[in-house]
Amino acid sequence: MFHDSSGPRRLKPMLEELGTGLWDRSKVVLVMDHYVPESDDESRRIVRIARDWAQEQALPHVYDSIGICHVVVPEHGHIRPGMFCVGGDSHSPTGGAFGAYMFGVGSTEMLGVVASGEIWIKVPQTLLMQWRGRLRDGVTAKDMALCVIGRFGMSGGRYQAVQFAGDAVRALSMQERMTLSNMSAELGSQAGLIAPDDITLDYLRAAGVAQSELPDTAHWQTDADAQVERHDFDADTLAPQVAAPHSPANAAPVTDYPDTPVQAAYIGACTGAKLEDLRAADRVLRGRPVASGVKLMVAPASLRDQAQAEREGIMARLVQSGAEVLPTSCGACSGYGRSIPEGASVISTTARNFKGRMGSDTARVYLASPYTVAASALTGRIADPRGLLT
Amino acid sequence: MTHTHRIWKVGHDVDTDQLAPGAYMKFGIDEIARHCLQGLRPDFAAQVRPGDVLAAGGNFGIGSSREQAAAALVALGVHAVVAPSYSGLYFRNAFNVGLLLLTCPRAGELEENEQIAVATEQDAPVVVRADGTRLACEPIPGFLLDMVRAGGLLNQLKHRLATGELARHPMKAS
Repeated sequence: MFHDSSGPRRLKPMLEELGTGLWDRSKVVLVMDHYVPESDDESRRIVRIARDWAQEQALPHVYDSIGICHVVVPEHGHIRPGMFCVGGDSHSPTGGAFGAYMFGVGSTEMLGVVASGEIWIKVPQTLLMQWRGRLRDGVTAKDMALCVIGRFGMSGGRYQAVQFAGDAVRALSMQERMTLSNMSAELGSQAGLIAPDDITLDYLRAAGVAQSELPDTAHWQTDADAQVERHDFDADTLAPQVAAPHSPANAAPVTDYPDTPVQAAYIGACTGAKLEDLRAADRVLRGRPVASGVKLMVAPASLRDQAQAEREGIMARLVQSGAEVLPTSCGACSGYGRSIPEGASVISTTARNFKGRMGSDTARVYLASPYTVAASALTGRIADPRGLLT
Repeated sequence: MTHTHRIWKVGHDVDTDQLAPGAYMKFGIDEIARHCLQGLRPDFAAQVRPGDVLAAGGNFGIGSSREQAAAALVALGVHAVVAPSYSGLYFRNAFNVGLLLLTCPRAGELEENEQIAVATEQDAPVVVRADGTRLACEPIPGFLLDMVRAGGLLNQLKHRLATGELARHPMKAS
């Protein structure tokens, strides 16, 4: 899997220089999500390269301007238990939510993959993150992810394979699992695995995967005698988490941020604007106006999720609250857009808050769940959503 | 041994948005390189000289998979990065584009502007300071050292295709 930024514009000239082509185009998925909608000559050029190349190569799996790759690729049933996949994007551990060993690589390494069908890997250790109990209402996979990153730091994953397990993880929907696996990247692990189960199979069926192509999930479980490094977490007592600027590892309970004003709230990205994230924001806002002086932006993660949110009345209510609806692309999360005000304190559902990451060197970005971002937009300061749910 | 590599110091957790800022990602590598580390060391891109070495704190290269974060340093002529640890993804990218990364627990002892020598002939590379102090680095697998010596994976693929070790595939769909 690769996108318009990491894919064709880099791969095409290198393949031509090598004088070779794709080893197996049926195994390639291309998503245009970074430079769409095109805003200037450079982005038009980049996206045109992707479209022309997709046609020239007769790629069978191309998703153009319909959402973010980490959401769109699973939506179409491409990631399945037991697969070994690479993505030309660092959030690629998202595929681990399906019990696939998936990780991000750069474009040159992707060139090696598409030219040869091969890649090297150092056999990883397993770091088992065992979550007992059950999340409270208003607490999400994003809070679990920030909690783990806060405890171990951004290199805590040691580029090994993290596995998320336990009752609280099994209770998560696929979209929530995808958020958790996605953010194993911010933990510094190579992959973020969740054992597949009936919830996985239901999602794949809904994504159009034929019954005959569904794997035997029993085959893709951790061996009882596997050597793991185990860490325990308690979902029952987990509070909503907020990561302060400029690192996801600066995570702390929302209650640790008294009187912290925000001027912008961003609900977007593969970790924060899927259908369930939009539903969560709506449960807090319910069409009520955001606080005066707060700019609320919503960039749904995929057109499919946006359409469903429209059917449920969510999009209309978010607009009623004052939200500006942005295109379903990576947008401000990758700093490619220009929507984040300079100097603002921003609370965001994205995965990273490095200095300058969202396109403004002077913005201070706090990371949180869609519930917490919506609650903060409503009150104008970082707020605990648990008392604001409707 | 010649001490020909001048040190530039940066802190820990230097992320890929510092090395290759998102706003310049739509441009080619030379333009990205001009803005490399502009937020941390505004003097770096203009004044770095071929052969210089970047000495960093832990977690160098965290963040995005964009290999321009490593290729920008290659474009600027940086000989190597010396740091106690790297993002796993950045580590792969660096060798793939021909940038040598030395994993050195004592990298923090290096000082701005000092001249060092780098020895990679042995299994475990060594950074040698002007006073002769030797800073041991973690061993680098031979196939990765070969990749850096070849100038990156692209050149290795070229070689494998030329020798027939790697099969060619049709360049266009039939």
